[in-house]
This record gives sequence, C-alpha cells and structure tokens, in this order.
Amino acid sequence: MATLIARPADPSSSFALDAAADTFPKLLRRNAGMFGARIAFREKELGVWRPITWATYYRQAKAFGLGLRALGFQRQELLAIVGDNRPELFYAALGAQSVGGISYGMYQDSLAQQLTHLVDFSDAHYVFCEDQEQADKVLDMEARLPQVRRIIVEDWRGMWRYRHPNLTSFAEVLRLGRDLEASQPDLFDQLVNAGQPDDTAIFCQTSGTTALPKLAMLSHRHLLAQGLNFHSVEPHIGPKDEFVSYLPFAWIGEQMIAMTLHQLIGFVISFPEEPETAQRDFREISPHFTFAPARIYEALHTGVTVHMLDAGWLRQRVCAWALAVGGRVVDLRSHGAPVPYGVRLQHAVARHLVFRPVLDKIGFARMRVAWNGGSPLGPDYFTWFHSLGVNLKQIYGQTEIAGISCVHRDGRVHFWTMGFPIANTDLQITGEGEIISRSPSVFLGYYKNPEATSQALRGGWLYTGDYGTLDPTGDIIMFDRMSDVITLADGSKMSPWIIEAMLKFTPYIQEAMAVYAPDGGTLAAILNIDMRSVGKWAEDREIAYTSFADLSQKPEVLDLLHGIVRDVNRRLRPEWRVRRFVSLYKEFHPDDDELTRTRKLRRRFIAERYRSLIAAMCAGQTTFDAALLVHYEDGTTREVHTTLQIKDVETLER
Amino acid sequence: MRPVEPVLSVDDLRLSFQGIQAIAGVSLTLASREILGIIGPNGAGKTSVLNCINGFYRPQRGRVVFGGRDITRLPPHRRAALGIARTFQNIALYPGMSVLNNIMTGRVIRMRSGVLACGVYAGHASREHVAHRQVVEEIIDFLEIEDVRRHLVADLPYGIQKKVELGRALAMDPQVLILDEPMAGMSADEKADMARYILELKDVRSLPMILIEHDMGVVMDLCDRLIVMDYGKKIAEGPPGAIQRHPEVIRAYIGEAAEGPAAH
Repeated sequence: MATLIARPADPSSSFALDAAADTFPKLLRRNAGMFGARIAFREKELGVWRPITWATYYRQAKAFGLGLRALGFQRQELLAIVGDNRPELFYAALGAQSVGGISYGMYQDSLAQQLTHLVDFSDAHYVFCEDQEQADKVLDMEARLPQVRRIIVEDWRGMWRYRHPNLTSFAEVLRLGRDLEASQPDLFDQLVNAGQPDDTAIFCQTSGTTALPKLAMLSHRHLLAQGLNFHSVEPHIGPKDEFVSYLPFAWIGEQMIAMTLHQLIGFVISFPEEPETAQRDFREISPHFTFAPARIYEALHTGVTVHMLDAGWLRQRVCAWALAVGGRVVDLRSHGAPVPYGVRLQHAVARHLVFRPVLDKIGFARMRVAWNGGSPLGPDYFTWFHSLGVNLKQIYGQTEIAGISCVHRDGRVHFWTMGFPIANTDLQITGEGEIISRSPSVFLGYYKNPEATSQALRGGWLYTGDYGTLDPTGDIIMFDRMSDVITLADGSKMSPWIIEAMLKFTPYIQEAMAVYAPDGGTLAAILNIDMRSVGKWAEDREIAYTSFADLSQKPEVLDLLHGIVRDVNRRLRPEWRVRRFVSLYKEFHPDDDELTRTRKLRRRFIAERYRSLIAAMCAGQTTFDAALLVHYEDGTTREVHTTLQIKDVETLER
Repeated sequence: MRPVEPVLSVDDLRLSFQGIQAIAGVSLTLASREILGIIGPNGAGKTSVLNCINGFYRPQRGRVVFGGRDITRLPPHRRAALGIARTFQNIALYPGMSVLNNIMTGRVIRMRSGVLACGVYAGHASREHVAHRQVVEEIIDFLEIEDVRRHLVADLPYGIQKKVELGRALAMDPQVLILDEPMAGMSADEKADMARYILELKDVRSLPMILIEHDMGVVMDLCDRLIVMDYGKKIAEGPPGAIQRHPEVIRAYIGEAAEGPAAH
C-alpha cells in the first residue's frame, strides 16, 4: 500500500506528521514530484472523460495561489468557494492554502441571502464562484459585502456583459500567478514552506440542525490525522481505486475523501459533467467506494423499489425472491450462523439474476464499500443494501472532529450501531448519556463564536450533543440528538429518529417527522409523500392529480399512508406507536430552513413553523386549515391555503 | 464613416400564391452583429419572407443578396451551405433520433467524406467524424443539454426540442441565423435561457440574426431594429423604442385603443 506518509508505529502516541508533507500544499508538491504523470482527476467535458495529472493539479494550484497573492491575498485570509464539483475548486482551495490562506466551501444550492450572510459572517475577502449562477448571487448582494475585494469566476460563460471592478476571471488569476512566478521563481516554495500543520486549513459549515450554521475551523493536522486514522481502519483504499466527487464541496464528507484521503492515497477522482448527468457519469465510472449522506441511499432504495414495482409479474416475483434470499443470508451471517449449502446456491443464483444487474444500474457494480454519513440510516435500509450485496457501513462523526470518529468494521456491521472508533480516537458516554469524543482531529473552535466553542470543546473532549450508549460489541449506539430524545412517563427514552427511519423505509414517504405532545401523550407524525413514486402509484390507479399539494390530500393516498403507518406500528412498542398523522401539502426543503443542506430535519424550526398544526393534531382535530408562505427558487413568495386531513391510526391489540 | 456593407439584403420582394399577395414588395437589410426583428399580425407574411431568404419559396420578383452574391435562384441546400441557417415555427426535427444525431445532421452539409467512406469509418472519415462530433459537443455544452444528449427527441419536452433545433442550426456554422418564433410555447425560465443564448451568439460570436417572435417583451429587449409587416407590406421600420410609438404600428398591429405594445 503506497500511502505517502508512514503510519505512526504506535497508534497511541501523539500524532506526528512527516515534516516534508505536514500541510496540504506540501503534500501536493510532494505528490506532483513523486508521481506527476499519474492521473489525479478525471473530468467529463464535451462528453469525453479527460484525465488531469498530479503535475497539472500542482501547476494549476500554484498558479492560482500566486495569482491570489498578486491580487493582494494575505496569510490567514479566507477564500470562500462556491460551485459545482470541478477540479478548479480544488485548484482554488489548494492555491489559497499554499499562500497561507484558508479555504471555505459553501453549499452551491444556498439562496443568495443565505450565501451573503455566510460570506459576510466569515469575513472572506475573496470569493471563488464556479459559474455565473453563483456569481449572480454574490453580485446581487454585493452592497452588503463591503469586505469582499475580489470575486473570481471560473466558467466565464454568460459573463461577457458583466463589467464590475471586483470581478476577475479564473484564467486571469492563473495568468497573474504565472507572471508572478516568472519574476519571483522561489516565492511559491517559500510560501508553501512557511505553512505550518497547525495553521487553519479550512472553515467548514456545520450542518446546524439546531441553530444557524456554525463555522468550524480545522487545521491541516486535524484533517491529515483524520485521513490517516481513517485509512488505518479501511486500508484497502488504494491508488488504483476510482471515486466520483458529486456531493457538495462544502460538506465535510467531501473534504474528508476528495481533499484529504485523495492527497494521502492518490486514487482517481472523477467529476461529473453537470449535476444533471451525475447519476449516469457515476455509473460510467462505477467507483470502488463512495461516501454519501443518508438521503442518497434512501433515494437509491426508492428508485430501485419503484422500478421493481414497475416490472412485470414474473420479474417482480424473481426480485422479491432474490431479496428474500439475500435477507436470509444477511440474517444468518449477522447471527454468526453458518449459511446452509442450499441457501448458498440460491444466493449465487440470485446474485447473477438480480443483484448484479441492479447494482450495475446504480453504478455499484465494483463498489467495495459504501459509507453512509451525515445522519444515520435506518436499519431497514442497511438490511436491504446488504441483501443486495452492498457493503454499506455507517460513519459516525461530526464536522468538529474532521468528520469521523467511528465506522463499522468489515464483518462486524451491526445495523443498529454507529460502528467502532477509528485509530487514535476515544469515545465516552457522560453521566447524562452524551457521547463525547477525543482524537488528534478535534477542531480549533467555531469562528467568532466562543460561546458555542466552549459548549462543544471541554477539556480536549468534543461534546457531540448526541445521546448514546455503548453496545456490548464495543460499538457506539447513537440514539438521537440529546435535545430530541423524549423521556416517556415511565422514565424510558424514546427516539423520534428511529420511528422516522422506519416510516421512511417505503418508496412512498420522502420525509417524516415524529412529534410528541407531552400533555396529551399523543405521538403524531408529519409525513412528506415522495412525489415521484406516489405520483406513479396514483397514475397506475388512474387517480388524477394536479400538484404535490393536491396529491398529498387524495383519500386514496391517505389510505396508502395509513396502511404504512399501521404496519410500522406493528413493529413498535405500544408507547412508541404513531397515533395520528398528516400528509403535508409540501416537501420539507432547505430553502424554507426546514432541512439542512445535507437534508437533515431541523426539528426545532419545523416544530415552531407548524406549531398550530401540531397542536391541532394533539388536540384531536380531524382537519386543519393551513396558510403558509412558500418560498420559490426564483426568490418569490406566495401564501398557500389548504385543508389538511388529520388521520387517526387505530390502536392495535397487544 | 463609410456605411457597412450589409450581410444580407432583400430587395423589393414580391410573392403571391394563386392571386393571394403574400409579400407585396418588401425590402430589408441585415448588418453584421445585428438582431433584426420582424413583427406583425398572423398572416402578415413574416414567415414567407424567411422562406424566400432561405429558398423554400421562389419570389416572383425581387432579389435576395447574401455576402455580395445574388442567391435568389439558388436552391435551399446551396444557401445553407453558404451559411444561412434557420429554425422553424413548428419544430422540424427527426423525432426518432437522439439529440446528438439531430444536431449532427446540421454538420452533414460540412462533411467532405462520401457515403462509402463514412460507412467504412476509417482514416480520414473517422477523423472527420471526431472533429464534427467536437463541434456538436461544444453546441451541446453551450445549450446546456448534456443530460439529454442521448435521449430521443420525441421523448423530450417542447422547450428542450426548441433548444435542439437551435443547436442543429448552429451546427451548420451559419453566417446568418434565422429564428422563426424561437420562444413560442416556452416557460418564463426557458425564454430567459433562450434570450441568453441569442444575446451570446450576437455579442460573443458576432452572429447576425433575423427573428420572428410574438412575445413583445422579448422582441423589444433583444432586437436592435424592427420591421413591422401587415398584409404583406412593410409598414414601419426602426429601433424598438421608435416602433413602440409609431402610430401606424399601434393602429395596424397592436389595436386602435392600445397605448403601446404590452409587455406580454
């Protein structure tokens, strides 16, 4: 295994890095020198995959960094980066770090206002926009961003009419950089050599399920230590592997893999042509590993299930049989029981007949490991993916610990746990049941937020805010966020997340939020139908509908949901059962602040926003007249009036 | 300053179908880097003028001069080879072919290898194919239709088909682009995209265009100069602002009571 930095012989010793490669820019310089002609990136352009070598990566990062310098960029200054995944984002980030700066990835689907707020808060003097769409957002709000000195735009398409003193094209920055290099050939190396491992490397926006986003500051050492400690428990990731980068650059998961692990291991990263072609491009590359948040796996499950339901009678039966065989094998293995020969034979048939073609369709044909992170994935999904033969594993961690503290170990993938700590990482459970963790990757603090920092960082431990426990196997179990755990009358704890994960495990429910009224003792659920699959379901039954709102209230759809909730209730303890539900007239959406950008529920916000609806559900009303302001993607708002049906779910015996 | 030689000029065009006068003496010129709009009520003869320019109709009288050459008697494919490309009011694509292949048909006129050589697909023919494919991919990139490049045209929404039509016209490496209602039936978003493409073609690629469009907001924003037609005649000509106030136009086209063209 050709990792670039020797792993410390004693994993318990304090974390040391090779001085020649203790920052990202030094590492990149070394990579370019060691295997310059090897492929670092592949980008699909004009329909063809075009390779980019490590030498090019380094040359472009160098030119960009020096170009920034020529534009007055100073050490410790911030370059905010926003756009779809392209190699240029990496050139920009590494370029900024090379001259002593900090890169700060922002979510490209943020609204102009959110983006402005974050740029303003971060005090970034330089903003890198990948295309006109992002540049427009920043320019729209430019009056509120007096500190921004330069807006750098990579893809100049559509920008030919823009005349703005602060606008610079990416190509121009590269040119300035090359000029500076010509006049001061030693400058770049001096700047890179001046970088220290404990310098801040990135700002990373935390998911912020409970409040407005916070900006975690992580040093080179934090990230590199994370990469090495992670790799030591997943050592099979090698330089010949393929990876597809399509999730937001701003997400810590992308920083972990495409930034950190890539520099350490040197696999090939492919970038889709456009976000719209990502799925097809993903399949063309057929990567060896992937890291994605739960919503991606949920969507894959929904997509495959809908296709199976769409197939003819025979194929449906074959798929159902194959999944049952796969499930049986997973079940036996998880109990450590031997798999009988007959079942093995059936499993082999199922693999050839069903699993392999399905995995090929979703680009998982060569997948050695698929990690889920960001938010936990329900056990039902784990069973399903493992039945198909996908080695799906949970990664547990926070942005504040560079993204990871635990991961499932091969052969010990317990669907109910978050996995086992990675190297050099300790986890403990406090008296209150909070998970706390410690590793060489615990962050420096939140930018301009000492209160939140002192809350999260106490005595070298990161207080995660997650309520959890230790599994007898040594794995960590995360129950839910501390603030979301509900204490029942008998003192036992209830996790809304577990109920929601079970509710969502159907192609028909996109999102679910369990709400609990302490006074009435009623557990209720707000459901979002999945427009695609419920729409298809309705069309098959010749049910006409006009919009999401209309479809969500169709009596037949409510009956469908009712059946699903009843089935979930059967598998739950009586005091965990959902008594009432509504089918919401809209999807929860990040633009409405109901979800984070990584699609996690922002419970407190939703509870506040739908307070009267929740009160009506708990009070036993059968309908609710809703009036809500809906924000559209073009920035306009409209008030929506609709009547929601509140459905009761009958009490089951036992 | 010496007046710039027009790229295209039409001189006293007359066309009638069995006694019905479709065009009754229309003249126009198109300068380089100019978007010329032709507006007027239905049946005013706008599309007939375009058909005379690209050779679908033979006018009984008048001349069409393109690049200093009289092309009035040339058949449509010869005019296309000279660099006159157009899109159609009713989409005229090959519905059973992919987006890629539809746009590729625009390149046929620029292909030099014969049928046999292309069939064998070796040597020069394959190199030529790669070069044409490059041009087509650049157009796909320009129009942002990467995600549907292999889809059949028949399966695509109307707005995308309109883009594909523009793509095919661009594949011909045109010197002049004729757009017959490029935005009809499009959503506001799609119109904004199409307007952006048209402006970029003009500003960045210096492509002169003749445009027929009913969306007055679009016409007023995009066009440098307008010609108003009614009953086969040109009743007004000038910059959009002047046309908006032109009494003849208001009477004939917009209606007696209207104060000026409505935005939509």
